[in-house]
Amino acid sequence: MTTGTAAPSRPSAPRRPEDSIGGTVQAYVDKLRGGDVGSLPAILGFIALVIFFSAMRPDSFASTRNAANLLNQAAPVIFIAMGLIFVLLLGEIDLAAGFTSGVGAAVLVVLMTNHGVAWPVAVIACVATGLVIGSVMGALVAQLNIPSFVVTLAFFLALQGVLLLVVGEGGTISLTNETILAIMNKNLSPALGWVLTVLVVGGYAAIAVLGSISRRKADLPVTSTSVTAAKVGALAVIMVAVTILFNQERAVNPAIKSLKGLPLIVPVTLVFLLVLTFLLGRTAFGRHVYAVGGNAEAARRAGINVPMIKIVCFAIGSVLAAFGGVLFASYNNGVSPTTGGSSTLLYAVGAAVIGGTSLFGGKGRIIDAILGGLVVAVIQNGLPLITQKSGIQFIVTGAVLLLAASVDALSRRRSAATGR
Amino acid sequence: MTENTQNAGGEPILSLRGINKSFGAVHVLKDVGLDAWAGKVTALVGDNGAGKSTFVKGIAGIYAFDSGEYRFEGKTVTVNHPKQSAALGIEVVYQDLALCDNLDVVQNMFLGREMRSGLTLNETAMERRAQETLAGLSVRTLKSVRQKVSSLSGGQRQTVAIAKSVLWNSKLVILDEPTAALGVAQTEQVLQLVRRLADNGLAVILISHNMNDVLRVADSVCALYLGRTAAQIDARSTSTTQIVELITSGRSGDLGLPPALAQEAVA
Repeated sequence: MTTGTAAPSRPSAPRRPEDSIGGTVQAYVDKLRGGDVGSLPAILGFIALVIFFSAMRPDSFASTRNAANLLNQAAPVIFIAMGLIFVLLLGEIDLAAGFTSGVGAAVLVVLMTNHGVAWPVAVIACVATGLVIGSVMGALVAQLNIPSFVVTLAFFLALQGVLLLVVGEGGTISLTNETILAIMNKNLSPALGWVLTVLVVGGYAAIAVLGSISRRKADLPVTSTSVTAAKVGALAVIMVAVTILFNQERAVNPAIKSLKGLPLIVPVTLVFLLVLTFLLGRTAFGRHVYAVGGNAEAARRAGINVPMIKIVCFAIGSVLAAFGGVLFASYNNGVSPTTGGSSTLLYAVGAAVIGGTSLFGGKGRIIDAILGGLVVAVIQNGLPLITQKSGIQFIVTGAVLLLAASVDALSRRRSAATGR
Repeated sequence: MTENTQNAGGEPILSLRGINKSFGAVHVLKDVGLDAWAGKVTALVGDNGAGKSTFVKGIAGIYAFDSGEYRFEGKTVTVNHPKQSAALGIEVVYQDLALCDNLDVVQNMFLGREMRSGLTLNETAMERRAQETLAGLSVRTLKSVRQKVSSLSGGQRQTVAIAKSVLWNSKLVILDEPTAALGVAQTEQVLQLVRRLADNGLAVILISHNMNDVLRVADSVCALYLGRTAAQIDARSTSTTQIVELITSGRSGDLGLPPALAQEAVA
């Protein structure tokens, strides 16, 4: 306190080095050097992989049709990963998320196809199934203090069995409902695509500006207008480019059936991104989730009901996984005993970790699931175009997951060393 | 011990008399007493195992005392739960600080007691209030209240933990070894902060092993010896030697426990 070199604690002069664009870039570089790489590996990886596969397979990979397919392919994994982020933020793991989505899909399809239940009721039943699975797992972890690894491994096995029993061994139940199939198979009209673009960019700008205004009113340091403008500009460029790309005709034979516009899954995912990001970033519940992941003892002493937070996070994770099951059912036109099985869980964990969510808890954002999910989908989509050997595909995917986990562990070590 | 209480200084805000606490057969606190005054730093000293931690946890309501009188602001109160002590305005800063490394300074200060507007967190109000609190304590060592706690030094963390404890109009702050893990410069900063808390009108109980720290900031010193209060004395009229004697043998000259009691405690 006597040093007198530090800046005043109550900066009424809001001009700080971080305020300029140069300062913001410098602060970001410092952050990276400090080990907090965030989503940068995912973004760079995505760009590198797209360039690589486009160069290798210019006809099959680099087509707008494949791009649309890629988004739909990525969606179920992205949803499971969004749910996993809640669990990972606590420093826990949910190994059953894959089969939770499978069971969710089975509940949906069996109710609709075998029992003729209306789609809203079936979707609610599917989500409720996820809610029950997640709550029970969460309660076992939080109340009985069984390691989540063991609880969810048990559920992984048991839910696999449930899926087999519900669907029947070797059987496949098909889904014909137009509404559910539309989620993964229909597109927005080009005009609606532009409306969405304007809404997203305008909404983002509005939130940024309103935030700045309220901070300025409170006499708090404000991000400079140029930095905000640069961020909004970058988002606008990306959104416009994506919209133009997907608004092109991509049908094999447009005369028979036209195929253009942003896939319907894009706005659906954006809505979830918005709601869940709000939940984690702007509510007391979200703050408490980060606190429990950072230091559960400190959270407990602050009066936070730690077991309740854990149960709710597992429940949210499983609900989102069950919703991922709806997407699987929509994408595959039905459900089979392997829906949500094999590598689904690994892809989802990989997506979250590649996106920048830490396996050690306390660090992660919902957008990580989307960025990481796209990287996973590019590998999943591009590799079969290069090699037919599924052995190689497994090895590459495993290596990528390991690479992401190493980046996470190394950045954590670096953070500890540099104190960030 | 009461006869040894030489601090006049008006009515104490916290006054404990005849406190007993046993864990099974182990009688940890025997007729312990302590006074703490608003605007004063009361040091609680004692060797390892003298019962300091148990005593403080009892004051905070983590354990219930078996018997004894617990008076706060002149009224006899019952404190059996941390929420009851918090409601009275008693805050404890434990040695491990209980901060979340992955959250920033503001988020840590308001953890569990976030200010909201409707469904959402009121970040601007919390940031302002945090800055005001830190300014009120003349804290100038934090670059930004939006930096993560993981990026702070030990002294800065202690500062945040202390600022967190005074955020809620608390009346009594108990600090458990706040300088134990700090270097010289940071110890100095934290001690100044401790002094400032008292100067701002709070009652402060400082647990410390460091006699220099104690004599630098404390107004009153309460020494525990094997579960008994050896004496509570005015810091101005004592010396390091005297405090060390009270800590190690329960007596110093005609101060402290009667010889019989001091002996019995050893036996």
